[in-house]
Amino acid sequence: MAGVLNTYFRNIFDTAATVFEGMAVTCSHFVRKPTTIQYPDRTDVRVQDTLPYRYRGILEVDLDICTGCLACERACPIDCIVIDAKKDKATRQMMLNRFDIDIAKCMYCGLCSEPCPTGSIHHTPEFEGADYSLESMLRRFVKEPVAAYKPKKVEDDPKILPVLERGMRYLDEFANPDEEEKGAEA
Amino acid sequence: MLQQFLDSLIADGVFGGLPRDIVYLIGMAAAGALVVFGFVLNVAGVTTFVERRVWARIQSRVGPNRVGPQGILQWLADGIKLLMKEEVIPFAADARLFKLAPFIVTIGFIAAFVAMPFSSVLIVADLNLGILYITAMTSLVVVGIMVAGWASNNKWSLIGGIRAAAQIVSYEIPAALSIFTVILVTGTLSMQGIIQQQGWGPWDWFIFHSPFTFVGFFITFISLLAEGNRTPFDLPEAESELVAGFVTEYSGARYLFFFLVEWGNLYVISAILVTLFLGGWQAPPIPVISDSAVGRNVLEFLTFFLKSYFGVVLMMWIRATLPRTRVDQLMTTCWKYLLPIAFFNFMGTALWVLVFPEGFRFAEILLTAVGFGLLGYFAYRVAFHLRRSGAQITLSPLS
Repeated sequence: MAGVLNTYFRNIFDTAATVFEGMAVTCSHFVRKPTTIQYPDRTDVRVQDTLPYRYRGILEVDLDICTGCLACERACPIDCIVIDAKKDKATRQMMLNRFDIDIAKCMYCGLCSEPCPTGSIHHTPEFEGADYSLESMLRRFVKEPVAAYKPKKVEDDPKILPVLERGMRYLDEFANPDEEEKGAEA
Repeated sequence: MLQQFLDSLIADGVFGGLPRDIVYLIGMAAAGALVVFGFVLNVAGVTTFVERRVWARIQSRVGPNRVGPQGILQWLADGIKLLMKEEVIPFAADARLFKLAPFIVTIGFIAAFVAMPFSSVLIVADLNLGILYITAMTSLVVVGIMVAGWASNNKWSLIGGIRAAAQIVSYEIPAALSIFTVILVTGTLSMQGIIQQQGWGPWDWFIFHSPFTFVGFFITFISLLAEGNRTPFDLPEAESELVAGFVTEYSGARYLFFFLVEWGNLYVISAILVTLFLGGWQAPPIPVISDSAVGRNVLEFLTFFLKSYFGVVLMMWIRATLPRTRVDQLMTTCWKYLLPIAFFNFMGTALWVLVFPEGFRFAEILLTAVGFGLLGYFAYRVAFHLRRSGAQITLSPLS
């Protein structure tokens, strides 16, 4: 009998005590700052700027350093890259007539940016790809035919140099991802 | 109060030669419209918004903050959306009862406001059995819920309706017994009469009148939570097992009515508690404002409203804290724990009133100290959890 009564009153006490403590925990949460990131319009910095440096977002091509080697077109498993590169007989230069990437098809595998010799085709942290029509998701990088980039031993064109440096850095990051990460942390 | 007001108007000849009954009808319609459209709908609507924001903050979220400044118009947008939605009535449902059910629920809820005090003058009718009337009217809600559950012709709805009936009928008993501990002290059932016997200071409130009313407050609170189908006793609409319980088949405006009642009931529950235990509209005398009748009534209205709304926030907070009980646990809580304690309280209060007919000042002061001591210990525990987590603290409700 005493045991039963004991259990009875302990149950009441336990209920009151645990509810009391639970309410204290939730009350402490009530005055904490919310952790919500209010994407897209009420963030302190753009969300794109907070992404990791090797984030595989929408593809971009730097035509200044594209050699027209077609390595990316061959690497693409779903043929979303279409390049039309021809040698101009008169100037003996590789001419890029067309460089299209169908972002609607792209699956962000990253296989195209790995074989690129200059880092011309690369992923950006940009990920907002939604659009109203499939046609507008086809990105045409060549507006009018341009000459492809010809690698030199030492690049001296001040316009191309920074772009090429960026491209080579991108490739280095592919080759040694862990070292880059350590560098970024330090 | 309305009747005296109308009688004085008739005596002044405002209504000309209109028969008295017609004047009363007009007065009732006007007062009803004023209370429903001026107060009940707005409070119920804003409460949905406040609940979502409070809940969000407890879960480290922000909550709705896009419609209007800080999302304050979210409830209007939700209401308009629901009003414009198509109403679907299931083919196999009992269409007439199905259509009627939300209105039974709403009537039971709004009728409670007839005897609900807002200040010493603002009350539609100060019935001499006010608290009994309110208890009876809020119980009418269960009839509507049962009708909704039956008429939907859906197993989830039916289970939800039956659960609501079982739960509300059970919890009515401890609720009534604890309410009657206060009635024993006051000797009146009138809402205004109960409030007039309390004072503005916590030591004059009935919660601190005797140890028995102190415990009675918590029993009433738990029982009214269960009657209002609130977490942790929201079994009739348990989402994880019954889809939405008795509202499963409802859509559009009728669904809106159920939710109006659900959130409006929060205010009714805390208004009952504030009236019975927490001093009602008794406001501290402030020199200049309390001198004029209007100023005093505004002060009393604000006091009553803020106390009641604190109760509403408390219920939201409980909803964000406690998990739903099982059906057998629900019944155990009621019949094995609340009911015996409520009986004990009832007898204890009767003895207390016999021994100390004028109240026992020392016990009141001591209980007030105990109450504030508990609050202080609570604040200490909150501070402990905050310190341990090392989280960033913000008291601003904005986001």
